[in-house]
Amino acid sequence: MYTIKGKTTDWELVIGLEVHCEILSNAKVFSGASAVFGGEQNTHVSFIDAGFPGMLPKVNEKCIEQCVKTGLGLNARINKYSRFDRKNYFYADLPQGYQISQLYHPIVGEGFIEVTTSEGTRKIGVERLHLEQDAGKSIHDMSPTKTFIDLNRAGVGLMEIVSKPDMHSPEEAGEYLRQLRAIVRALGTCDGNMDEGSMRCDVNVSVRPVGETGFRTRTETKNVNSVRFVMHAIEVEANRQVEIYENGGTIKQETRLYDSDNGETRPMRGKENANDYRYFPDPDLLPVVLTDEYIENIRKNLPELPEAKKARYISELGLTPYDASVLTADREIAAYFETAAKGQDAKKVANWVMGDLFAYLNKECLPIAKSPVSAENLGALVGLIGNNTISGKIAKDVFQFMIETGKDPATIVEEKGLKQNTDTGAIEKIVDEVMAANPEQVAEIKAGKDKLKGWLVGQIMKASHGKANPALANQILNKKLGG
Amino acid sequence: MTNLTDLTIGEATQKLANKEISSVELTKVHLVEMENARVLNAFITETPERALADAEKSDARRAKGETLGALDGIPIANKDLYCTKGIRTTAASKILSKFIPPYESTVSQKLIDAGTVMLGKVNTDQFAMGGSTMTSYFGTTKNPWNLDLVPGGSSGGSAAAVAAGLCMAATGSDTGGSIRQPASFCGITGIKPTYGRCSRYGIVAFASSLDQAGPMARSVADCALMLGVMAGYDEKDSTVANVPVPDFTKVLTGDIRGKKIGIPKEYRLDGLNQDVQATWDKGIQLLKDAGAEIVEVSLPHTKYALPVYYIVACAEASSNLSRYDGVRYTTRVEGKNLDELYENSRTDGFGDEVVRRILLGTFVLSAGFYDAYYTRAQRVRRLIYNDFMEVFKVVDALLVPAAPTPALSEAEMKTMKPIDIYAGDVFTTPASLAGVPSLSLPVGLSQNGLPIGLQVIGKHFDENTVFQVADVLEKAANFNQKPHHVKG
Repeated sequence: MYTIKGKTTDWELVIGLEVHCEILSNAKVFSGASAVFGGEQNTHVSFIDAGFPGMLPKVNEKCIEQCVKTGLGLNARINKYSRFDRKNYFYADLPQGYQISQLYHPIVGEGFIEVTTSEGTRKIGVERLHLEQDAGKSIHDMSPTKTFIDLNRAGVGLMEIVSKPDMHSPEEAGEYLRQLRAIVRALGTCDGNMDEGSMRCDVNVSVRPVGETGFRTRTETKNVNSVRFVMHAIEVEANRQVEIYENGGTIKQETRLYDSDNGETRPMRGKENANDYRYFPDPDLLPVVLTDEYIENIRKNLPELPEAKKARYISELGLTPYDASVLTADREIAAYFETAAKGQDAKKVANWVMGDLFAYLNKECLPIAKSPVSAENLGALVGLIGNNTISGKIAKDVFQFMIETGKDPATIVEEKGLKQNTDTGAIEKIVDEVMAANPEQVAEIKAGKDKLKGWLVGQIMKASHGKANPALANQILNKKLGG
Repeated sequence: MTNLTDLTIGEATQKLANKEISSVELTKVHLVEMENARVLNAFITETPERALADAEKSDARRAKGETLGALDGIPIANKDLYCTKGIRTTAASKILSKFIPPYESTVSQKLIDAGTVMLGKVNTDQFAMGGSTMTSYFGTTKNPWNLDLVPGGSSGGSAAAVAAGLCMAATGSDTGGSIRQPASFCGITGIKPTYGRCSRYGIVAFASSLDQAGPMARSVADCALMLGVMAGYDEKDSTVANVPVPDFTKVLTGDIRGKKIGIPKEYRLDGLNQDVQATWDKGIQLLKDAGAEIVEVSLPHTKYALPVYYIVACAEASSNLSRYDGVRYTTRVEGKNLDELYENSRTDGFGDEVVRRILLGTFVLSAGFYDAYYTRAQRVRRLIYNDFMEVFKVVDALLVPAAPTPALSEAEMKTMKPIDIYAGDVFTTPASLAGVPSLSLPVGLSQNGLPIGLQVIGKHFDENTVFQVADVLEKAANFNQKPHHVKG
């Protein structure tokens, strides 16, 4: 169990996450304007988004479908009746003066996410998922005296997914977030890119002495934009709270900001006056009423979820749970892997994907979609090793050529003459030559210095320009040494 | 020849069809009338060039035999709450006094598509909040029956313009009586249709769950004609019902024998104005004479309608008006920071009545007061709705007064407390809260010679019966008095 050791007692953590996921949809949730990320400032804005007089919201059915999909992916109850409420507050990037959200009747109710950590697998409760609209962006750093407003994001659909206060360690919260991201990516309901802000996390943390039941005052740390930062923010915030308690202080319920540069949380300024949001049902929108048939139809067409995929990789493909987790965390990686593994040794393919391929992609900061080595070609490369056309060592060189040229491995092997030598006679000739050139070492091996044998095999491989089949070379050498 | 500004739409359409007159002629006489009657202050913005251009196009269509229907070439005015593309739309406020919409409201677009000629934008209470046009930033409109009197409101500019012959019909909007009460004060006819009958898209919102567009004209038949054009499904407004729009003029058969007309006893207020009571009694008698069956009914929660209305309407308004913040298209008064910019712009841009209702609405939605006011008001609203549902199991329509008094004088109203002014909505707010259609038509005159209107209230989406009953009452009452305002 994760605890913080204090001077007086050990402390445990209580963590809840509120995650905002931008819904993947061509259009915003209440206007027809484009919801595509990026674009010139204020180009994806309709009169509805800009809060013009007499403009009315109209719910985008695609967003409803995406929420239901996500709800099903979270093993959650889908509410057949949901409704929109207005959350009233003034801000320059909130043109209507209210955010349309769902306070009283969210579209998705309780569910859970299964999370595996070093302490085992646990179900983390999901309290609710509700649909709401995003605000625009205030830009304060373009002028010393002015604030500029970009409404491109204003009105983009968001799913706010609220967990129960079920998590007790930074690791668990991190895994919850990774799993959630894997689920929405697998479903195609959110791209999960935290660095672009399409997935944002508010972290609720409180601490209590081990053994104490009930909750102490929590703080909410806003807009933490990576899994690593979330874990770190929890750690520093929990430690801050423990220190205050240990020194006889009390925790103030407040909203804080995580400062990744200084690795600390601090109170958000300018939010001292408690906001009264005066939520009430939005009279411009009708309640959303879903039929069983509608929900079942979506359920039937759900893609395979990461949890199920992971189980399949372990049971059918023989991968380790760790490898299976890594490969299923991202829908595109999983798809790449499955294409590459078709008809090949899946474990070996997994090693190549997670080893050489990831190393290269990470170094170049490329997403898997931009990999110069196609999934088919990587599979073919593993195939060439498997059928002894090339050695594992040569394969590394072939992989390098594949990155550089994008060509398929068979062509590269052919063009560069890298085909493995399995001609016993030819290898025997090389072995003889190498043994003749190194009589001292041969003598020492014969005298029992076995370690030198590896060196001698290396010399043989070198003399064959790496093309000799290493197993065959070993076999012949053994025979000659023994004879 | 009859004065062209006294015609009904039906009569004018006949003359246009017979080529007795052109739309340009018809438009010009109204434009002259508009100029002569500026003392009424009915218009906020006059659009004579556009009107003449529209009229010319209409005449060209007619010459080719391609008219767009019964409203083609008819000069009308739009309440200045309807966003009109390229034409200033102020909601009679300072904060929107410079706003030129880049879009057209659905209803005004339908009227354009039907070939109507728009003469301009008429006055209203600021953001439709009021019953007199006295809250307008552009000054009070005068009642053409007596310039000392208010025309009612909020659609007071529409009512005065139609009554005085400045236009043949006008759009209005009704949240708690804003079509029916000014129609009564000015001796014309107006209908608040069923909530969900007309699109609210592009109409400056006051209270979204109550706001409805409707026509104001000089006869029941004209309103039926015009509502047929204004109504209908609109994918831009989720609250518009996707139901067919019947030809409302087809039901004006003159025969209401056997129809059951309910007279709710709760509307018989103690000390009700005698002229109003007498007109109501007259209306009841006329319907009875026409063969209708008069039934005493009860709407037990009527007395709560007024407070419920002011809680719900103000709550929604407080949120709807948040967008007028000085940041984008409104007038702006700078401040040292964002909060100051809001405070300065809104303090400067909103009139007292608007501020009062925003404060009321903000209060009833506040933590700690929400359940006592807003939640309770929503529950009682449901009871009021149920009252109507119950009574409509028994009767086809209801007949009640439109307002507790004839038009009041501006001087008198200036001395009244807001709460006493609000009490003037006592007869109109119940139908608003229930969302049922209600038409106001002039049935008699007070002893002082002022028009008094009665409401015919019908079932949801049964405007047909409302028009049918009102048409019979109109003919029986034979209300043909005209205001004698300023001419000459």
